Amino acid sequence: MAKMTMVQAINLALKQEMEKDDNVVVLGEDVGVDGGVFRVTEGLFEQFGENRVMDTPLAEAGIIGFSIGMALYGLKPVCEIQFSGFTYLGFHQLESHAARLRGRSAGRFTVPMVLRAPYGGGVRALEHHSESREAYFAHTPGLKMVIPSSPRNARALLVSAIRDPDPVVYFEPKALYRAFREEVPEDEETMELGRSRIAREGKDITLISYGAMLHETMQAASALHQKQGIEAEVIDLMTIAPLDDALFIESARKTGRVVVIHEAPRSFGPGAEVAVRLVEKSFLYLEAPIRRVTGFDLVIPLFQREKAYLPGVDRIVRAVRETLDF
Amino acid sequence: MEVAKEKKIEMLRSMLLTRRFEETLTELCKNEGKIPGMMILCTGQEAVGSGVCAALSPEDVIISNHRSHNHLLTKGADPRAIMAEIYGKSTGCNKGKSGTLHLAVPEVNAPCTTTVVGGGLPIAVGVAFSQQYKKEKAVTVCFFGDGAADEGSFHESLNLASLWSLPIVFVCENNLYAGAQRYEEHTRVKDIADRASAYAMPGEIVDGNDVLAVYEAARTARERAIAGNGPTLIECKTYRCRGHGESDHQLYQPKDEIAAWQEKCPIPRLSDEVFALGLITAEELSALEAEIGAVVQEAVRFAEESPYPKPEEALEDVFV
Repeated sequence: MAKMTMVQAINLALKQEMEKDDNVVVLGEDVGVDGGVFRVTEGLFEQFGENRVMDTPLAEAGIIGFSIGMALYGLKPVCEIQFSGFTYLGFHQLESHAARLRGRSAGRFTVPMVLRAPYGGGVRALEHHSESREAYFAHTPGLKMVIPSSPRNARALLVSAIRDPDPVVYFEPKALYRAFREEVPEDEETMELGRSRIAREGKDITLISYGAMLHETMQAASALHQKQGIEAEVIDLMTIAPLDDALFIESARKTGRVVVIHEAPRSFGPGAEVAVRLVEKSFLYLEAPIRRVTGFDLVIPLFQREKAYLPGVDRIVRAVRETLDF
Repeated sequence: MEVAKEKKIEMLRSMLLTRRFEETLTELCKNEGKIPGMMILCTGQEAVGSGVCAALSPEDVIISNHRSHNHLLTKGADPRAIMAEIYGKSTGCNKGKSGTLHLAVPEVNAPCTTTVVGGGLPIAVGVAFSQQYKKEKAVTVCFFGDGAADEGSFHESLNLASLWSLPIVFVCENNLYAGAQRYEEHTRVKDIADRASAYAMPGEIVDGNDVLAVYEAARTARERAIAGNGPTLIECKTYRCRGHGESDHQLYQPKDEIAAWQEKCPIPRLSDEVFALGLITAEELSALEAEIGAVVQEAVRFAEESPYPKPEEALEDVFV
């Protein structure tokens, strides 16, 4: 197995799926000759040519709408929007068509497309280039919302997303693109969408996160263990919608204490949905109020205040302590 | 090129069918409770869909908009399934889940009608890409109104379709009104067809009430697309004789304007011609009208006697 960055792992998923299936095509702004702003599609143009790796004009509604039409007639497009903040220009296509055509056609058409976009903070980029608005997509019936947390699961989840019959919004935590390497098998590996995983086992408290914040959460869990002997269980959601609540409910019933961590704005964020599901299904097991450690209800600030905006180890540790001490 | 007799009768039939179908809908809307909600009709514009679809093959794809009944019926959709869908019945083409504004008829290659103005354009471009990619001898037609030509998606779509020489025909039904706005109030250029030059494609202006002219323009554009020479923008100048929807009181449309356009109705224009040319006798015309009347009557009967979907069917054909 080769040790890969997340960028390399996503590239491997695209390359292998394109080799396997001629109907898989890639399109977006500068994804071809240039290989993408983050170099995720590097080498694909050279290997598969301009008919399958297409540089499009700057037209986000177009890119997403074109993908829907391709998907309706037999192709499996993977479109890239350069930053998640630019998906808003094409949001109406995702919301009004990609998400709805299955229901409208009584299941006779589905829209097997993947929209890839880097999301999230931590790279000191401005506003649209750093934000975390997965809730818009997760809130839309008919869309699947996937966010990987490591090279290996990024690759496996993307393969599954490409093969999925329905539209998948796949947000890539850009802070993790080259943050670390992980062994990724050369042989095919898939991962079922709509399933979360236990990233660390524990008995004292349940920490629920995903994407780049999973790593802040893991570091916090590690620090709590080393300094205070606290055994935190960490759940990595991986798919935000449809949300797999079985695993975290089971965990909460075991630990009785929960903190949810995400960098998305707090109000109406994924943490709110997680918390309500816990209240609905594990209320009598809870020993303390569910806490959220999140971004604030603000546009993500400029680089000099970015660290204060994003949940970090200190904020997570504090929330865990307060939950344990309740 | 002379249009064959059968083709002319086919176009006459589809215009008559649409007119009878929609006149029936007008009556049914008035009947409280039978078809609640909205009803958007194309009365006076039938020549556009009937002329364009007569130039298409079954494997050609159409993407339609909120004013879709004519497009779908002419492409070959079953009037019973369309009527039942409009009624919201489980026997409708989409099992009573989409209604009049979102009819989808995969069997006739009409996968998407959308009420999001301009929203169908990029989707049509994507379908055309798929046809080109798979080397199919087929084209995609996108129907849209003059209002849609003001949307950003129009420009993104024409630009890309031209850039990649895709097999697509953009058919603008300029019916002079976008909602309650008259054409001159929302667009400065006299002809939307002029915009084609901005995307290096031909822009044709056609009398949208002359079904034969529409047919010829569509046939030429289709041949061009199939030959790999790229898209065409056809602007069909026509008129919406009824309001935006059936609840619209049309206060903004001058009565004499409506009357003048009613005089230019595309249906007698063609029926008079085929009659004068001796292509159809008075008896045959009456028989055709009677047959269409029976088709529509049967569609209504079918819809009325069909059941509504059960509540739990809302959870079928989707993932949750």
